[in-house]
Amino acid sequence: MRFMYIVTSPQPHVGPTPELLGAMHKLADREIKAGRMLDNGGLMPVETGAQVRISDGKLSVIDGPFVEAKEIVGGYAIFELRDKEEAVAMAVEFMQLHKDFLPGWEGTCEVRAFAGP
Amino acid sequence: MPQADIDRTIQAVWRIEQPRLITGLSRMLRDVTLAEEFCQEALLAALEHWPTSGIPEKPGAWLMATAKHLALDHLRRAKMLARKHEMIARELEQEQAAMPDPDSGLDDDIGDELLRLIFTACHPLLSREARAALALRMICGLTTEEIARAFLVADATIAQRIVRAKRTLSESGLAYETPRGEQLSERLASVLEVVYLIFNEGYTAAGGEDWLRPQLCHEALRIGRVLVAIAPHEPEAHGLLALMELNASRMAARTDAAGEPILLPDQNRALWDRLQIRRGMLALARARELGGAGGFYALQAAIAACHAEAPTVEATDWPRIASLYAALARLVNSPVIELNRAVAVGMAEGPQAALEIVDRLAHEPALKKYHLLGSVRGDLLQKLGRHGEARAAFEAAAELAGNRREQNLLRRRANAAASAAMP
Repeated sequence: MRFMYIVTSPQPHVGPTPELLGAMHKLADREIKAGRMLDNGGLMPVETGAQVRISDGKLSVIDGPFVEAKEIVGGYAIFELRDKEEAVAMAVEFMQLHKDFLPGWEGTCEVRAFAGP
Repeated sequence: MPQADIDRTIQAVWRIEQPRLITGLSRMLRDVTLAEEFCQEALLAALEHWPTSGIPEKPGAWLMATAKHLALDHLRRAKMLARKHEMIARELEQEQAAMPDPDSGLDDDIGDELLRLIFTACHPLLSREARAALALRMICGLTTEEIARAFLVADATIAQRIVRAKRTLSESGLAYETPRGEQLSERLASVLEVVYLIFNEGYTAAGGEDWLRPQLCHEALRIGRVLVAIAPHEPEAHGLLALMELNASRMAARTDAAGEPILLPDQNRALWDRLQIRRGMLALARARELGGAGGFYALQAAIAACHAEAPTVEATDWPRIASLYAALARLVNSPVIELNRAVAVGMAEGPQAALEIVDRLAHEPALKKYHLLGSVRGDLLQKLGRHGEARAAFEAAAELAGNRREQNLLRRRANAAASAAMP
């Protein structure tokens, strides 16, 4: 099964410490060598992006930053894993690194299965 | 949480840690088969303790420490007096003294050890079936039951296969060695063969009810990805990964809702997996950069790439596919490859040219029981308007097909040919 991991945080300006970056690179390296991680990427700050939105039947383009946004997506990863339990175990390990190396940070790692055929 | 859910969670955590566990243990024990056993025992210990204690914050460190303890106990209890074992026991004790070191887990570079593990599990001394079972067990962490289910054989058969294979390795002193240099490429062929065998068993099941068994494809792909990560300079490893990614990209389009096969010309190409195609093309490009464009797997991947890149059947570069099959036939003399070339020639030049190739193959002993010969022949005859002969060819092919879904497909085609034959 393929899973998408989406990391969001209400503190988008708290960047990763070098220690966290190092630990995440090691985890990514292990997961590539274990043949489980297919793709991943971090996202630039919202100022660099935009939202194209439909509301009340009207289409509008809003440039970042978005003042009303509570949770900002910071990055994603795609894994090929056997089941949801494995996917959750992976997310727990990933978030444990944040707990260890980025004290005070708060955020969410959402795990979602890809739609099958 | 019900017990079954807790067990599933624990098993999932264990599987995530399994590659690091087994490689760490095999480095210490200098024996990959023994390492695999303690890896399993650590899982049993977790299943016993975690339901009451909760899953530890650093499950990997817990599993590793437990496995080390178990290994040490085993060596002590068995009073293994051989110097090798004394030395290992001493090393283990020293490491044990330095334990626990919960954060060191991620620092281990498991690459070399994983390579050793794969080469040992796929040792050419073992039968292909034994290599496949050991690879799924040691590299993918599958249980005996899961492997048995995947290959549609009895649990006891797989258990026995694994025990025998491990004994063979131990008795031949091959339980811990890594080929280097020229030997590596040679041994790699044995590994790639097994990975491809596992993939194909999942991709076109030779027998049974289901035509596709995706889990086997996923496991083979996983080993393929491991291989290119830890042996990045081997072009054929990239070639095989490219072939598997590109073929697997079509999985969702290959069967209908009822599980019946849909052949390539009839597939909905919108269902092809773009991420997998991209990964396949990258792996193929890497194989070519490394000078491996003419390799056995890279050539087949190049053929799969022609399909992956084509928006429609008609827009497919059939002449190129035909020439790739010709190159493949020069590499390995196989009537099956010649049959595939005939299909491509049929698309490039028309059914008559293809039928001439197929008819030359009719008396090949290797194809006597090969249902796809009749299937291809029926298809060509159908296109030439020779419906009566087409029907006979499809019917004969259905008799030979081992998989029920394929039989159904061929019978449907025979019926369609019969209807077309009516005036």
